[in-house]
Amino acid sequence: MSHIGSYEERIKNFDWSISEKELGYKDGDDLNIGWYCSDRICEMGKADKLALNWEGLGGVEKKYTFDDVRINSNKIGAFLRSLGIKNEDRVCLFMDKIPELYIGFLGVLKIGAIAQPLFSAFGDESLHVRLDNAQTTAILTQRKHVGKVRKLIEKSPYLKHIIIVDHDGKKPLKERELTFDMETYEEPKDFKVFPTKAESASVLHYTSGTTGQPKGVKHVHYSLISQYLSTKWVLDLQEDDIYWCTADPGWVTGTSYGIIGPWSMGITQCVLDTGFSASSWYKFIQKHKITMWYSAPTAIRSLMKAGDDVIKEYDLSSLRHLASVGEPLNAEAVIWSGKVFGHQFLDTYWQTETGSMMLTNFPGMKIKPGSMGKPFPGITATILDSKTFEPIMETGKIGLIGFKPGWPAMMRTYWNNEETYKSKFKNGWYLPGDRSTIDKDGYFWFVGRDDDVINTGGHLVSPFEVESALLEHEAIAESAVVAKPDEVNMEVVKAFVTLNSGYEIDDMLELNIMNFIRKKLSPLAMPQEIEYVKSLPKTRSGKIMRRLLHAKEWGEEIGDTSGLDDDE
Amino acid sequence: MEEMKDVILEYVIEEYLEDEDEELTYDTPLISGGIVDSFSMVSLKRFLEAKYKISIPDEKASPEAFDSVNKIVELVKEFVG
Repeated sequence: MSHIGSYEERIKNFDWSISEKELGYKDGDDLNIGWYCSDRICEMGKADKLALNWEGLGGVEKKYTFDDVRINSNKIGAFLRSLGIKNEDRVCLFMDKIPELYIGFLGVLKIGAIAQPLFSAFGDESLHVRLDNAQTTAILTQRKHVGKVRKLIEKSPYLKHIIIVDHDGKKPLKERELTFDMETYEEPKDFKVFPTKAESASVLHYTSGTTGQPKGVKHVHYSLISQYLSTKWVLDLQEDDIYWCTADPGWVTGTSYGIIGPWSMGITQCVLDTGFSASSWYKFIQKHKITMWYSAPTAIRSLMKAGDDVIKEYDLSSLRHLASVGEPLNAEAVIWSGKVFGHQFLDTYWQTETGSMMLTNFPGMKIKPGSMGKPFPGITATILDSKTFEPIMETGKIGLIGFKPGWPAMMRTYWNNEETYKSKFKNGWYLPGDRSTIDKDGYFWFVGRDDDVINTGGHLVSPFEVESALLEHEAIAESAVVAKPDEVNMEVVKAFVTLNSGYEIDDMLELNIMNFIRKKLSPLAMPQEIEYVKSLPKTRSGKIMRRLLHAKEWGEEIGDTSGLDDDE
Repeated sequence: MEEMKDVILEYVIEEYLEDEDEELTYDTPLISGGIVDSFSMVSLKRFLEAKYKISIPDEKASPEAFDSVNKIVELVKEFVG
């Protein structure tokens, strides 16, 4: 029997106090996610239960019980406190998917500081704008990534501590650098968890928009209430489950459902910290007897591409429940997973700002492949007219997705950017920026973004950020960046550029530009294709008409071009 | 072919290896080892195509085929005249 039971019954009788009650939380109590995910689980008698089974390259494994997680997160908290780091200071976690990332996240929260996880593949420029925006006090990182931090140290006076978690002593430390070894650091006596409250800031995740710099999405400790219950009802984690969330905690799925959700329920999870290959993933499932698998459409489509034969080489019979997040999961992938794994991937829809699942397919519910499913209990969702922002009552009509604000995990603001935060609300609805339809049975069907943001492999890339970085390349005079359709990643970055005089088109220049963006921003932001043009389409006022380039890539109608510069 | 091996190895070290202390051999797993991610694979493919004046079809450019310098050499050899 699934935890959710009857969806219809849950909807009828829903109140967020269901989650509060299960977590033993009452209004006004202290609420600290770090404590809930470690100390509380130990107090419930699960101290010796395996919390994390980590595997790195070459099959190297590390195992941590919930008591290990409690002690080690206390160690990290105590160490940060010894540096003078206090509540509300921002502490960045810039690491691969190593145990220090998962446990360090809780350690940061336990002292009331704000965890700022960042994807370790970010280049120095992407890292800098995010640290600068948050005025981050300390960064926890690895030897292999410290070079990127060193590049920005001069222009980051607020960054007081660069903490290397795997320093081997072979090379001397540089300015502001220090080391921390989670295994050997002495367990603190009488460590006190900071008494954060429901509305105390917890996590700062960065997300990209069409224009401007990335936005820091501020979440609070009360988000736990949504994250716990959605983990329970959608991911349907049971006491003996072995859970695998493939997301990197540099992104919101990796924290909401890769740390907070499973550990607040006291569930064992496995982490694979290696690159992707179909055989290594299947081998991992077989070896650890994974039962619940939460992954992403890009990975699922890559597995499809790898073929069915490789699946036959592994025993994947432990799997009992699969779910997906990141971008819409196409119907073919849903059907394929049912055929080869015996279980369909259930799509879930949410975003960094919502903090927890909003529209989902539930265990036991009739699945319509390709649909995002229905609203989570307690979530009021609709489709809005794009001009009036009034709900569209007609089924099948395309409109903007709108959510009634008020669920626990909703972002509280964009860091230092209240104006943009306010702009996300229209007529009393929160707009996530996606277009959809609703069918007669109340299922939501994704149509597309309502802006120019590129969703590549489930990650949002700002065209503005890539265009700005391209202009820093010596050969480029002008740039415009749009999404290009892609079979595996849904969308990839495509750049249109004009060259400065003296530069000629050749393969090596293209490669040079690609690598320039990859290192400066991230591999996700790297244009997968560069098209050289003599000029870019502009309005008479000189603004680049990105939508024309987008329409060309997607084979869509170009629409109104009356504003186009006559010379173009 | 020794030269091709070295050219590719040197390029991977120069462009993708973040950990200066990590030793890279012809057999070090690149994709499954997390040194080259699936997005960056596109730029590595572009390098091979430009350097050896070849065209590698997308269906041949799988994570498995790019998983070590030795495997990449095997792949490139298929297309070099």
